[in-house]
Amino acid sequence: MIRSATRGMGGRPARGMGLGAKLLRLNWPLALLVLATACMGFLMLYSVAGGRMEPWAERQMARFGVGFAGMVIVALIDIRFWRAVSPIAYGAALALLVAVEVAGVTGMGAQRWIDLKVVQLQPSELMKIALVMALAAYYAWLPPEKVSHPFWLLPPLGLILAPVALVLMQPDLGTAILLLGGGGVMIFLAGAHWLYFAAGATAAGGAGWAVIASRGTAWQLLKDYQFRRIETFIDPSSDPLGAGYHITQSKIALGSGGLSGRGFMQGTQSRLNFLPEKQTDFIFTALAEELGFVGAITLLTLYVLILMFCFFSILANRDRYGALLTGGIAATFFFFFAVNMAMVMGMAPVVGVPLPLVSYGGSAMLVLLFAIGLAQSAHIHRPS
Amino acid sequence: MRTPRGRRRREGEDGAAMVSRRAVVLCGAQLAGAGALAWRMRQLQIEEGELYRSLAEENRINIRLIAPARGEIFDRAGQPLAVNRQNLRVQVIREQAGDIEETFEKLSRVVPLSEADRARARREFAQKSAFVPVTVAEHLDWTRFAQLNANAPALRGVAPDVGQTRWYPDGEAFSHVIGHVGRVSEADIAAEQEASPLLQLPDVQIGKNGVEKMEEARLRGAAGAQRIEVNARGRVIREIDRTEAAGGADLTLSIDRDLQKYAMERMGEESAATVAIDVATGDLLCLASAPGFDPNKFVVGIGQADWSALLADDHRPLANKTVSGQYPPGSTFKMVVALAALEAGVMAPGERVFCNGGYQLGNRRFHCWKRGGHGMMDCRDAIKHSCDVYFYETAKRVGVDAISAMAQRLGIGTRAELPLTAVAPGLTPTRAWKKAAHGESWQVGDSLNTGIGQGFVLATPLQLAVMTARLASGLAVEPRLLRAVGGVETEIAPPAPLGLRPANLALIRAGMIAVVNEQGGTARGARIYDPETGLAGKTGTSQVRRITMAERARGVTRNADLPWNRRDHALFVAYAPIAAPRIAIATVVEHGGGGSSVAAPIARDVMLRALYGAEPPLIAYPPAQREEIQRQRTPPPETPAAEGAPPPRGRA
Repeated sequence: MIRSATRGMGGRPARGMGLGAKLLRLNWPLALLVLATACMGFLMLYSVAGGRMEPWAERQMARFGVGFAGMVIVALIDIRFWRAVSPIAYGAALALLVAVEVAGVTGMGAQRWIDLKVVQLQPSELMKIALVMALAAYYAWLPPEKVSHPFWLLPPLGLILAPVALVLMQPDLGTAILLLGGGGVMIFLAGAHWLYFAAGATAAGGAGWAVIASRGTAWQLLKDYQFRRIETFIDPSSDPLGAGYHITQSKIALGSGGLSGRGFMQGTQSRLNFLPEKQTDFIFTALAEELGFVGAITLLTLYVLILMFCFFSILANRDRYGALLTGGIAATFFFFFAVNMAMVMGMAPVVGVPLPLVSYGGSAMLVLLFAIGLAQSAHIHRPS
Repeated sequence: MRTPRGRRRREGEDGAAMVSRRAVVLCGAQLAGAGALAWRMRQLQIEEGELYRSLAEENRINIRLIAPARGEIFDRAGQPLAVNRQNLRVQVIREQAGDIEETFEKLSRVVPLSEADRARARREFAQKSAFVPVTVAEHLDWTRFAQLNANAPALRGVAPDVGQTRWYPDGEAFSHVIGHVGRVSEADIAAEQEASPLLQLPDVQIGKNGVEKMEEARLRGAAGAQRIEVNARGRVIREIDRTEAAGGADLTLSIDRDLQKYAMERMGEESAATVAIDVATGDLLCLASAPGFDPNKFVVGIGQADWSALLADDHRPLANKTVSGQYPPGSTFKMVVALAALEAGVMAPGERVFCNGGYQLGNRRFHCWKRGGHGMMDCRDAIKHSCDVYFYETAKRVGVDAISAMAQRLGIGTRAELPLTAVAPGLTPTRAWKKAAHGESWQVGDSLNTGIGQGFVLATPLQLAVMTARLASGLAVEPRLLRAVGGVETEIAPPAPLGLRPANLALIRAGMIAVVNEQGGTARGARIYDPETGLAGKTGTSQVRRITMAERARGVTRNADLPWNRRDHALFVAYAPIAAPRIAIATVVEHGGGGSSVAAPIARDVMLRALYGAEPPLIAYPPAQREEIQRQRTPPPETPAAEGAPPPRGRA
């Protein structure tokens, strides 16, 4: 299927296409997969609201409609335009991040979002995409033989670490992980020598060890409550009232779904409000309880298919910017769902990361659809 | 995977190929990640599915928090100031009750529920988890509670409950120091770095003010937890385990309950503050701000009418004037000015200044309070008569920076570390301060004003008491409010010497003794006649308005003829006994008029209480007043002729 979608259109120049030709070149299977995933989200939002469109499902559908249209528009705009605005997008996102961080503390109270009337946008969400765009533009500009040179490795590291430091101040560990992961993948895709990654992993391990070992000493690196969170992750029963309670309840709900689930709108655990944030970060639990292993695997398969289409698009794309951009977006998408699922299944500590295209919330949804629109644009305007 | 040699070999090719190769690796890694997630799903849902299903189906594990008892607060003698009392109330558990409105209707046949109660309960239901009981009505009387218990089985999800609530036995007198607790608000939860799940419990009250707020962490204690198994209907099947709650620590304050109550009574209707401090330890014996309010009303939830009345009162009952009221210290500041000059050596101890009723500075005349002037004045006499001209000259010689440094040394202008809300710093002006705050240079006239405690300088009653204690002892006494936590006494380092020359201190004290005990002293009316004690003090009258030239010419308007809020503040600071000082005191009466006529008698009476620990003997009072006081003590139960009777306990 993918072969026909990409090959069939290949061979023709990407420039100067008409609108109709562009629409034909759109990666339609990818768009349909996105739609299917979002529909699973609508179903679950309807269900956790006790079989009502209000308060979540209806609004989510409206937002998705707007976002989906936005995705198509973004896809139709030439990829060279997106490449040209990449540094600007990054600069703007960073400025906003600084603004809400600095002004948020001193002036406006703890506001971390910008009110666009329709939706409240968090600069940290924008940064997830802006960082990928900026790094793709940087590596498209940098001659490939310089990629592994230590000096040329410094700018991308700076581009990644500046926003990471800012979101860690909030503190938003989830976004920091996504930014680090997404940025790291970009450097990897660009072709930096693998020894850098080995060194990076070693340093991270060492830093982690230092943090754990610092507990109770004079140079303690984390606050006591942060240590407690780590403890809770390792042994949820150590904090049965706080986060550990949620993870325990989440696992009970998930596990009780069994092979085929308890039936749509029949989940008892999620219905009884044992779960916090059942419409946002913990929606996968509700899905797995009601639709069982079959439903959970279906969603996972949809996600994997979205990734696959992105990768096929990369392989078919000879434009370095387009390919890197698509890779970075795929990686960010992967980190989104992998971190969320690992968290609710007790494989990772509780960090606030939503399930992409499914969790209730406008900010993440719009940013993700915009990102997929970018990948689509790279696909449509690929040179072959 | 690829060697550096391999990389160099491929340097010629374009970047897209490299991206493609790396993309394949990345794709593999992500597929592996997705595989791990799928494997975990299989493990949870297929392999262990049965186990979790049984956990979910038959026995859901529920956790109930057990609220700890809040620590209680006692005075220095162990008399209760804030205690826990039974609170009869009714709670509703949403997941058991079903339709909330229907439950309200049924419940209101037994217990009256106002619309405000219902709205608050609805809000709480929306915020809290379904299994958390929400208090719908509380502070019920026994009859209603008994009726409710009889009807409870018919009401689903309704649970009569006996909780705990705070009670302040002497509410009004301690409303500012102790503060009060109240329901946990959203703002309270937001203010905590990591909000304890404890705050969700209906039983838990949080400190809103005073010691209750500042010592919240110690008073609150730690929650216990009870893990219980409940069946599908929410009924408790068994308790799995429980950890008991650890109650909060009891606090013992340095305050003397009886003294504080007496001071409140003595200040009566005035808007005033009285602080008494132990000269040796810094223990605050009395920290009374009048008028007070009933904190118990806040615990239950104060009504709109009561609240508006408190806000509208121009005597500001909600303010703790002892620490947050900042007043020009007036003449009580003169000891600071004199000491600064003596220590700096710019004014000799016996040096005399001539007072003709005013002081000419350029074309401006600074007046003495005595129009005709005092004549030749040395330091001791200037304090005794509170001669303004002497202190104009002194302030001009020593300069404001030295005066402010001395004020700081004596405790004025620094924020005391006390577990109280809204502790004000006061103000000791300097040249640099005026430049920064007002953008103007310091004028000599400003120094002259500072010399008589007017102008920019501000002090709180607490700071004035600390100043007096330091003058009396010569030690850097620090005020202390928290005497013991959980029965363990808080440590105090013995106060360090102030480092002032003993001769200078003795001269200041001689002036203060003369103020009260000598013919012509400004506070002779407030004398303590008991020869073994004796009072030393200083009056102050601080202006809150500007006296114009025109007014000065036609004669300054008398206080009694002014509207209340334009009258002078009356101040008095004192210590006793003269020979071996034990207690220092400061009284400020807002817009009270003269320090000697209004503030000094209050301070004297509170001091007598503090010294004798009970009703003072009549010999302590001026002979002319004894008969009057005797008559006021109705009915005289023991020793009708108290005169000459052996003094009670606590005599120095």
